[in-house]
Formats: sequence, C-alpha cells, structure tokens
Amino acid sequence: MNAIKKFSGYLWMLMAPLLILFLLYEANEKISHASAAVQSNVILQWVIILLVFTPICIGFFIFGKYASKGEYNQLPGSSEEL
Amino acid sequence: MNQEKEQSNIAFVIGASSVGTLIEWYDFYLFGMLATIISKQFFPANAGTAALLSTLAIFAAGFIVRPFGALVFGRLGDLIGRKHTFLLTLIIMGGSTFAIGLVPGYATIGWAAPILVLILRLLQGLALGGEYGGAATYVAEHAPAGQRGFWTSWIQTTATLGLFLALGIIILVRSNQGVEKFSAEWGGWRYPFWISIVLVGVSILIRMRMSESPMFTKLKTEGRTSANPLKESFGQKRNFKMVLLALFGAVMGQGVVWYTGQFYAQSFIETVCKIDFIQSRNIMLVAILMATPCFVLFGWLSDKIGRKWIMLIGMLAAVFTYRPIYKEFINITSAANRAKTVDARLTNIKTAFPTYDLKDKTKMYLKQETDTTYFDGSVFKYYRTDTLIFKAPRDETRPITLINPDMIAYSSPKPNLVVEKTLGHTAYWDMIWLVFIQIVYVTMVYGPIAAFLVEMFPTKIRYTSMSLPYHIGNGVFGGLVPFLGTLIVEFTKTTEHPAGDVLAGLWYPIGVAAVCFVIGLIYLSNKIDKNVMD
Repeated sequence: MNAIKKFSGYLWMLMAPLLILFLLYEANEKISHASAAVQSNVILQWVIILLVFTPICIGFFIFGKYASKGEYNQLPGSSEEL
Repeated sequence: MNQEKEQSNIAFVIGASSVGTLIEWYDFYLFGMLATIISKQFFPANAGTAALLSTLAIFAAGFIVRPFGALVFGRLGDLIGRKHTFLLTLIIMGGSTFAIGLVPGYATIGWAAPILVLILRLLQGLALGGEYGGAATYVAEHAPAGQRGFWTSWIQTTATLGLFLALGIIILVRSNQGVEKFSAEWGGWRYPFWISIVLVGVSILIRMRMSESPMFTKLKTEGRTSANPLKESFGQKRNFKMVLLALFGAVMGQGVVWYTGQFYAQSFIETVCKIDFIQSRNIMLVAILMATPCFVLFGWLSDKIGRKWIMLIGMLAAVFTYRPIYKEFINITSAANRAKTVDARLTNIKTAFPTYDLKDKTKMYLKQETDTTYFDGSVFKYYRTDTLIFKAPRDETRPITLINPDMIAYSSPKPNLVVEKTLGHTAYWDMIWLVFIQIVYVTMVYGPIAAFLVEMFPTKIRYTSMSLPYHIGNGVFGGLVPFLGTLIVEFTKTTEHPAGDVLAGLWYPIGVAAVCFVIGLIYLSNKIDKNVMD
C-alpha cells in the first residue's frame, strides 16, 4: 500500500501543472473565440477561475510531493500524535 | 443523574449552535435562490445574460471569500475562543443580509447598487467562512467520546435545513404576492432578507447564554493555546500535510456532491427541464425533508464503522449515477416522450393577442399561449411571442384591431418561446425520488465530515486548520458547481446544436468526486480517535 501511495504521489505532482496548463489553454481558447459583446465577461470569468485554481493546483503538487516522500505512510492514530 | 445532566447540556449546546448556523446558511442561500431577480434589480436592465453572469460571479465571489473568512475567524477562534468568534460571525452575517434587503435597485441609485450588493455579499461569505468551523469544533469539543459523529451530524443538518427554510419563506411570500409584486424593486423578494434580522436577534440571545468549549478553556487555563495559529496550521509540515489530505481526500469531493445535489439539481430542473417556479422548489423541499434524517443516521453510523467508507461510498455512487439521474430528469419532462399521452379534450391553443411596444413605434408583439394537457395530469404551457415590424412608425390613434398585414414589413424569424411545465402526480414524485437519491449522497458525504475534520487536528489550532480545507472544498470546488456547470454546457453549444449537451455540466462534479475518491481510498485512514483531548 505504501508503494501505491508513493507512486500515485508522482501522478498528483504531474497532474497539478497539467491542470494549470489545461486551464490556461481553455481560457485562451474561450476568450479568443468570444464575441466582442461578451468578451469582457468571459475574461472576468477566466481570471476568477485561474486565480482560484492556481494556488489549489500548487497545493495539489505539494500534496503529491509529500505523498511521494512517504509522508502519508503512517497517519496519526490518536490525538496525542497530532 | 450526571449522565442526564451531561445529555441535557449537550442537547443545549447542539440546539444553540445549530440555530445560529442554520440562520447563517439561510442568509447565505437567499442570495443564490433569488439570483435571477437580484440580477434584474441590481444590474443594467438591458444586459440580459451578462447581468445573470455578473450575479453568478458575485455568487462565486461569495464562495471564494469563504476561505479567507476561515483564516480570519479561524485564527481568532483559536486565539480568543470559539464562543465569541462565532457570535461575531453571526452578527456580520445577519447585518449584511438585512442590508442587502435595503439597497435600492439599479434603476434608483445606478452603479452604487451593484457595488453595495457586491460588498455585502463578500461580507456574507467572510462570515460564513468563520461560522461553520466554529460551530462544528464547539459541538465536537462538547460531545462525549465515541459519539462525536452523532452529535456533530446535527450541525450538518443545518446547511440543508437553512436551504429548506429559505426555500419555504420564498415560496410563501411569492405565493401570497404573485410574480409581479414579488419581483418589483421593493417587492416581496426583499422580505426574506428583512426577516433575517429577527432570526439573527433570537439566535444571538441564545448564543450569549452558551459557555466556552471545555477543551479550549482547559488549554487556555494551562496556557497552551497557540500564539500563531496560522503559522502552526500551514507553516509546519506535520499539520499542513493533514490540511492537504483533508482537502483532496475528502472535502473537495464532498463539496461537489453537496452542491450538485442541492443546487445544480434545482437549477437543472428549472432551467433545463422547465418545471415551473413553485413546483421545482416544492420538489426540492420534499426531497430535502425526506432525506434530512439521513445526516444523523450516517453521523451515528460513522461512530460505529468509521467515517472513511461512508463518505467514499457516497462519492462513488454520485460518480456513477449522476448522468443516469439527470438523463431521467429529461426523460420525465420531455414533451417528445409524451406525444402519445396528450389528452386532446383538455389541450387548447388560445387566440393570439397583439400588443404595441410602448417605446418603439415600429414594433408590435403577437402573443399566443398553448396548453398541452397529458393523461397523467401534467400541463405544459408554451408562451410564444412573435415580433412584428411595421413598414412605417405606427399612428398612435389607430386602434390595434385595425392593423392589417399590408402594414407589416416582416415578423421575427425566431419567436420568443417560454415553456412552463407542471407535472402530474406520478411524474412529480418520480422527480422527488431522483432528487432524494442525490440528497442521500449528500448526507453520506456531509454527515460524518465534521467529526472527521475535528479528529484530524489538535485542539489549539483546530478551528483554523479544519476551516480552511472545509471552505476551499465547499466554497471553491462546491460553490462553483453551478457556475462551471453552466459554463461547460455553454462550451458545447454549436450552430448545429444551439442547445449544446445539457448533461455536459455534470463532468465537473463527476471528475472532482472521482479524483477525491481515489485519493481518499489510498490515503485516508478509517480509524476513529475516540478521545480528542490532546
């Protein structure tokens, strides 16, 4: 189980930047295809989405890094260990 | 005798905490539920969809500031105590809600209206960010060992009951006033906001009588409270890794399941299935009422068998059944599927009646209503409006009955069609059961989550540590379900398929819940810490 935890940690580390790239690609795609009448609204939406999800993706990367280093192999079993 | 006293004390703690949290949720939901009216009142009247999107953006902003509220009030709660902190959040929330009800519309004060509403909405989000963590921590720290899931599950019911209360009051006012009066600038839609001040007042009085959490009092007496809860929560790997695990392994999936079941479902039933305003809300009300006891059931069960599997099964069920459930919503309400069950005796096409455009003298409208009744008692109403353009501006003295076809240049190629469906008994209950199933998923993921989060963090930084992942998971991942769902559907629209794929919006909650399920499965522990007196 610990091997799966470590290996999937690399997967999360890989997924995090891919998610940011996907969002950037989608943002560019949608903004460039938006009609002039709604373009400002579309830009606003994507700025909000990127601002919110970028730090979350960074957190996801750190989570993956911790997992790959075996930080989650042994979780606290009682409140004294917290 | 001691046990009786302890039970009565915990019952008071639950009651007092729950009432306040319920009112905070009520306040917060009002805005989302009245989004369409609010967008008309506070945004430029000619902006149409842009106005709705602006409101949705404010809606999202309300959710996005929640994590900041979690940090501000979480820190305060770990420094000065739980009781005073969540008393403060209640006052901020109640005050902002009441004030939203007092802001004049855009027609009266112009751009000041949306700006004021945005500020008040942000304050609401900030307050909510501080409330939940405080209430859950407070109750958990009073709960007897081994019963934390059961007692905190009562706090979990408040979010759903707050929604229930908000829906109920809106329906009551709207039914009494009628659509026009309700939607006017100073109409009935403001009453639920004003009612909030009374509810908050009562709740403050009750909360003033509460005493501080025994665990926090003990820490304070021993001088072991945290000097810098933010640093200890997020600056130390030992705790930060647990914050990340809570977010990605439990709360983000819980958030999307919750908001899909309770909000996306309502929006889908109303805007895609075209069920009329009152009936769509009644469907939600009945389903919520039926499913609410399951919060306590799953909270109690989590004390017996652990929190992890109940939450993960709820997520997995959502991943596999959302699309079939929403497809069934469409099947039940589709006119095409009912073609053979039309009751011709009761179906009628009413005569079209013409009206002049009061501002534009070159336009008039032809409105026609068609009622289709089905054997199961369902009635689908279609309101068609054709726009006719005159060759020359109309003569105001000429009666509308004397307009003849020679005077018309052309009629609109795409008439405006409004559909309003009222379902018969069987179809109505089918819809309720489908919503009920989704709310049961909500109770599975949400019922045990407070106890689960409380047990992950030490007392001295519990308020801060559990509030942030909770509000990122629910506020950001969950709160953006309606917004991103609508956006994804927009992306699927093409000239060949102008309606797009109406089920595409579900890929967002399905994707997030699936990733969360895998992470939870691999990393979470099912062990319950019976005693959190660290």
